[in-house]
Amino acid sequence: MDAPRSARQRWMSVLARADTGVLRRLLNQRAPLPAYTVLRGPEGGLAMVRGRAGGGGAAFNLGEMTVTRCSVSTEAGFVGHAYIQGRDTARAELAALADALMQDPLQAESIEKHVIAPLEHQQALKRAERAGKAAATKVQFFTMRTMRT
Amino acid sequence: MAYVAVKGGERAIDAAHDWLAEERRGDPAVPPLGVAQIQQQLGRAVNRVMAEGSLYDPQLAALAIKQAQGDLIEAAFLLRAYRTTLPRFAHSKPVDTGAMRIERRISAIFKDLPGGQMLGPTYDYTHRLLDFSLLDDEAVAQGPVAEAVPEAMPRVPDILGHEGIIEPDVPSEQEPGDLTREPLSFPAGRDVRLQALARGDEGFLLGMGYSTQRGYGGSHPFAGEIRMGEVSVEIEPAELGFAIDIGDVVLTECQMVNQFQGSKTVPPRFTRGYGLVFGFGERKAMAMALVDRTLRAEELGEDVTAPAQNVEFVLYHSDNIEATGFVEHLKLPHYVDFQSELQNVRKMRAERGTPE
Amino acid sequence: MTPGFADPVADSQACFRTILDVMARPGHVRSVSGITAPAPLCDAAAAVLLTLLDHETPLWLDPEAEAARPWIAFHTGAPHGASFAMALSLPDLTRFPAGTDEMPETSATIIVQVASLTAGRAYRLEGPGLRQPAVVRIAGLPDDFASIWQRNHALFPRGIDLILCAGNTLTALPRSVSVTKA
Repeated sequence: MDAPRSARQRWMSVLARADTGVLRRLLNQRAPLPAYTVLRGPEGGLAMVRGRAGGGGAAFNLGEMTVTRCSVSTEAGFVGHAYIQGRDTARAELAALADALMQDPLQAESIEKHVIAPLEHQQALKRAERAGKAAATKVQFFTMRTMRT
Repeated sequence: MAYVAVKGGERAIDAAHDWLAEERRGDPAVPPLGVAQIQQQLGRAVNRVMAEGSLYDPQLAALAIKQAQGDLIEAAFLLRAYRTTLPRFAHSKPVDTGAMRIERRISAIFKDLPGGQMLGPTYDYTHRLLDFSLLDDEAVAQGPVAEAVPEAMPRVPDILGHEGIIEPDVPSEQEPGDLTREPLSFPAGRDVRLQALARGDEGFLLGMGYSTQRGYGGSHPFAGEIRMGEVSVEIEPAELGFAIDIGDVVLTECQMVNQFQGSKTVPPRFTRGYGLVFGFGERKAMAMALVDRTLRAEELGEDVTAPAQNVEFVLYHSDNIEATGFVEHLKLPHYVDFQSELQNVRKMRAERGTPE
Repeated sequence: MTPGFADPVADSQACFRTILDVMARPGHVRSVSGITAPAPLCDAAAAVLLTLLDHETPLWLDPEAEAARPWIAFHTGAPHGASFAMALSLPDLTRFPAGTDEMPETSATIIVQVASLTAGRAYRLEGPGLRQPAVVRIAGLPDDFASIWQRNHALFPRGIDLILCAGNTLTALPRSVSVTKA
């Protein structure tokens, strides 16, 4: 029942960044959502974000961020969890459901194809766009001849 | 200090708050300001409120700014109050700023650092001329996009570190102290100092940092590197037993590199001050790094002579929520205190024979 | 894994109010609802745990109740420690922190699951919150409970607070109350 850890980390990371509306649409347009029981939440809380002194030294507490979590259990008996940034309870519940479905061999392939992969693609595009803007501000140094004489 | 219970102001308070709400809205003929507009268009204010409110949530920070009519300390206060209502689910693994998705990165000490320098969306090199075109809602042209070449961007101390000429980071897995759970006490470790500075008032830290440059605890700083961008935040929920990525925060990190004469046990080398803040807050990150370094004076065997080197002075006065609370409490009724002072002064004057 | 409160906000608030009431009126028996406890806990004990615990309230769990540990950890996140304790029979109270004179609030609150709060041995309670001495019947405490309790009561303002749970009912014995055999 346990999916390989790294695979699950990947899809949970994609789900954590999903837009609520898009996630709902992608999950629903595939097939009717299966029945599930909410085990916990969705509930809002905090995570203390830590940094390291100097970037690589001892840890310190930088400040908190809002987090919403939810856990659900599907009829097939798969338990899904979500911990996502922010305060969107609907998104946390959908993400927990998607996590449960991704562990269900009968559902995983379809969810991967219709939900996870498109979301991941969209997130990669968004990151690439900002990286491209940053790259455009990269400084090309040249040393002026007159300065050297 | 004594407070005296006063009754009878309820109606006045209600009326004052009603008027405040009206004032906040301003002229109804002007469209209301949306929270999304604040979040999108007053990003630097949002960042500052998140940093000083010590809570990363851009939408809540924008709401707080709206509610506080742009009073950023009041807005940070609102965020601090809000966070006390929420349970803490977890603490993150220390974020890896080396893996930041960089939007800005500059170094004042290495021109050609690996990965290059990127200016990002900066006010540097602007002319500080008021832009009257902003009076009208003119469309903004899309800026250029270049091809991003994935490239390692090591932190500057990691580049210099190999020579032993700069002090290295000493990794540690010790559980850090937490000011939100245990009140400040002294001597305060660097973990607690950094937490206090990260949530400290930008203006206060700027003044303190500036004072060190002007000679009050001079530490000869260079901006080794400043970087800003998104980092992923990971937590490890017990029910999973492994770390998961829960989202991204924008951080600004500053590595100050300072000259150090050496001591009996340590040869001359460069030491470092560190700044890390929520959001794009370069001024704050730089000031924090300056002050972090001066607060290490005792640890490095330097004389503690200046205010910015005095840990108690800096940490007790850097928090603007505490500061505003204590300063502003002076406007609350002190009728009894003042009566007793009045009697005292009258008595002293009478004893000295001062004519009434 | 089974859910916690049916309505987490309303049910935990109602349970908190109930705990306040029984702490304020020692020996009064009240009931809780909205929860199905995992074995071997009774509903009232489970409700009290979900209401009082979170990530920052360390819990000592009776080894006999080990089966409920995953459920408690999942719903509360409580770390190991002894600000609170959950026991299926009265543990040795002297093993738990009783607080200090400066900080009496740092003592442990122990939740003990008993057989009944309506039948069993009769105890006479006196102290703050009781206009007149009250009599409460409890089945499932040790025979010498009254003398054990009086040693704890004598520590006041230090001392352990007890919450007793049976089925869906609970009552409390704060350190300030005196207990004798009735």
